[in-house]
Amino acid sequence: MHRLLGVLILLAVLLAPGLARAVSDPAEMLPDPAQEQRAEEIGRQLRCLVCQNESIEDSGADLARDLRRIVRQRVAAGDSDAQVTGWLVDRYGDFVRLSPRFTPVTAVLWLSPVLALALGGVFAWGAMRRRAPPPPLSPAEQARLAELDP
Amino acid sequence: MISRRWLLGLPLGVATLGGVAFWRMLGGMRQGTFDPRGLPSALIGKTVPDFDLPAQLPSAQGFSNADLHQAAAEHPLLLNFFASWCVPCIEEHDQLMALRGGGLPIWGIAYKDQPGAAADFIQRHGNPYQRIAADAPGRVAIDFGLYGVPESYLLDRTGIVRWRWAGAITADVASRQLQPLLQHYA
Repeated sequence: MHRLLGVLILLAVLLAPGLARAVSDPAEMLPDPAQEQRAEEIGRQLRCLVCQNESIEDSGADLARDLRRIVRQRVAAGDSDAQVTGWLVDRYGDFVRLSPRFTPVTAVLWLSPVLALALGGVFAWGAMRRRAPPPPLSPAEQARLAELDP
Repeated sequence: MISRRWLLGLPLGVATLGGVAFWRMLGGMRQGTFDPRGLPSALIGKTVPDFDLPAQLPSAQGFSNADLHQAAAEHPLLLNFFASWCVPCIEEHDQLMALRGGGLPIWGIAYKDQPGAAADFIQRHGNPYQRIAADAPGRVAIDFGLYGVPESYLLDRTGIVRWRWAGAITADVASRQLQPLLQHYA
């Protein structure tokens, strides 16, 4: 009995992430699977404005559902990916993109890994240059070495 | 040796800078001038999108963006999205009544609301609106870039959006932010 319960709990835990991802119910989906897949890819890159760290594909918010529907309408109407995203950016600003565009404002954000690497390189180079080869042993040290290691 | 002193000073400098930045952010959050979840509106400095919405009782007429522009030409105008199911809308309602009493024209749009429920809401809490329209599907709201209710937009005399407030307009928000703008655009 306990074992059966354990198996059921395990199953529930394993299946839960799959259920959580399936926010869009079949009624929302486009009949054409290729278009539906494109819409999902676009939606995954768009931020839900209500629960700000989720995409509109993942979010259960009312507004996210409306935006999913609009994305699908525009995809079905033949808009390109950039046109659909642009339509939303016009209304909600660049913040709606989950992956920010490269602009003067976001340049520091995008370049920070390169900058960090360059800075580290400069420090490493400086440290290595400072480490001069050790001076040769003095006669006394040589004698001591010979004594220790016959 | 100089570079070692640099190495010691650099993290200290970064930490100090970060500390000052956080201190200012926290100060702004306490005063209500900074909201970490707040979004800048894409409409600031632009005219409102095209729309034409039906009336919401007790208003006899709905309105379009053209009607809004015409009214704003006489006096800067506040456009307020609200809903009877929205708790912060009740919170700001007294403030809207006070602003209306002070001579500010306010036009309302009932967002995703049942016509009866919205009419009841106005009857219960008073009507601060000159005109009320209904956006039952919430589609026009998306053109505004609205992400919740209440949300308010201040239009200047040329019909350009100068200010957007997402959330309840409290007495503090009205006196600190809205009033100076009203004087500026009067």
